[in-house]
Amino acid sequence: MTPQMAVFLVLAAMSVAGAVSLILQREPIHSALSLIAIMVALAGLYLLQGAEFIAAVQIIVYGGAIMVLFIIVIMLLNAGLEERTNASRMARYVGVPLGFVFLIEVAYGVGRATMHMIPPAPEAVSTRDLSNLLFREYVFPFELTSFLILIALLGALVLARREDSN
Amino acid sequence: MNQFAAQHPILLVALPKVVVLLFVLLTALAYLTWFERKVVAHIQTRWGPYRVGPHGLLQPLADGAKFLFKEDVTPAGADKFVYFLAPFLALSLAITSIAVIPFGPKEITIFGQTTPLAITNVNIGLLILFAITAMGVYGVALAGWSSNSKYPLLGGLRSSAQMVSYELALTMSVVGVILMAGTFNLSEIVTSQQGFHWGFVPRWNLIGSPMPQVLGFLLFFIAAVAETNRSPFDLAEAESELVAGFHTEYASFKFAMFFMAEYSSMITVSCLATILFFGGWLSPFPQTAAMAWTIYIPTAAFALAGLALIIHGVRYITVYGRVVLPVLGLALCGLAFLCSRPAVIEFIQGPFWFLLKILIFLFVYVWVRGTLPRLRYDQLMDFGWKLLLPLSILNVVITSLAIVLTQR
Repeated sequence: MTPQMAVFLVLAAMSVAGAVSLILQREPIHSALSLIAIMVALAGLYLLQGAEFIAAVQIIVYGGAIMVLFIIVIMLLNAGLEERTNASRMARYVGVPLGFVFLIEVAYGVGRATMHMIPPAPEAVSTRDLSNLLFREYVFPFELTSFLILIALLGALVLARREDSN
Repeated sequence: MNQFAAQHPILLVALPKVVVLLFVLLTALAYLTWFERKVVAHIQTRWGPYRVGPHGLLQPLADGAKFLFKEDVTPAGADKFVYFLAPFLALSLAITSIAVIPFGPKEITIFGQTTPLAITNVNIGLLILFAITAMGVYGVALAGWSSNSKYPLLGGLRSSAQMVSYELALTMSVVGVILMAGTFNLSEIVTSQQGFHWGFVPRWNLIGSPMPQVLGFLLFFIAAVAETNRSPFDLAEAESELVAGFHTEYASFKFAMFFMAEYSSMITVSCLATILFFGGWLSPFPQTAAMAWTIYIPTAAFALAGLALIIHGVRYITVYGRVVLPVLGLALCGLAFLCSRPAVIEFIQGPFWFLLKILIFLFVYVWVRGTLPRLRYDQLMDFGWKLLLPLSILNVVITSLAIVLTQR
């Protein structure tokens, strides 16, 4: 087993365990912490593929900025323990089997598509190349996406402050 | 042996570097508390620590022992796991950030393996530092939340809001430097600042071309002081309002871990300010024949400090001090002699200037703390969002304009 493989297995196990714990934890802060663990593990996986810039930005943006907001909101609302109700009959007898079928289908599809693929040797993608792609080749979709996000942001602001204007 | 080293570079090269740097860093952290107490005391015309050892030199040791032997109380109703995780997170993140700091230009050879004078030299060094800073908020926020107590919760909320706000200005203020250097690699940022204007003014980014980053540096340093929760931005632990803020409920060594994390972040910020704006390990003097004597400055500095310590030490008030201080002075003189050897003198240049610049920044940190009163919370938020952030964006715009215009 190569060291890369060992690191991959550790990070993959960490992200899966984080995802399971995210759903099973009853304390909102613990769920948020699990999500942070997933983000960091994903950043490690990106780094393993040679995507240095994406890995760092993943931690800065998702692990840092966005999750801090989650945590602040949970702290401010002083959210209590999550209450569990029993799963409805519909969910138990139809939803769970269907979920498993879907999982197997996805695993089969991904496995078949990548089985005979030789993974490219991970090489570091320089930030310069990445920004050339983003700001030269794909500048229009890139700017369009940021514009869409800006509209959503303004919309949220307008909706949230509606009472003030009256 | 050399073959073994080639096969296991991590074991024989990286590990010793980590151990040595960790030892040096932890000692530096301990003595930074002594340095801060002494400087603040002298600013306030007091003596500061004086009783434990000559000039209070053993005070950090006494503090450490005290922290270890204090009773460690966990508040009732605290979230145990998060309560223990928070100080661990704070300290480990703060110490990790030192790993990407380059201390000098020369490469060292351990067991036949050459390696840079840093734990690692990565292409995205600056981004890694910002990633670690971004994660650093959790130590404070989680400590405040998990203590199950009013004051820590308020302190944690305050400081996470503050750190998130100032992180923006902090990141934007260094974009000018990145534009001028064209890289995120910290070593390359330093080497891009080599050279001199008119033969004698160093081309450090602070006064570099095409756009001096004076504004960038001021914004960076202010935002960094706020980011490390230091006075005058220490609202997270405003003792007049919040007892001790987020670490009110922490005792014993867990409290010490928060303390060490804070001092470690101070060192990181000083390193970063030096690397980004003050030419890192570069000497402020040009290496021409007329200025060749500047290579002996480290030697002279150590020798003078050693001599001063000996002369002062023999007249010290206690017998113990009369023994310890001259011995320390002799050690410094020995260091000066070592630094005058031809093999060492080249090597010591980079680390000497780097550490000297860091020391100046640490002094400024303490100086600011001893001088400025704490900001009010609304002032703090206004300052960050309405002044620092727009100015840092302005700095980015002007710098990129200057670069585009001069490249024609």
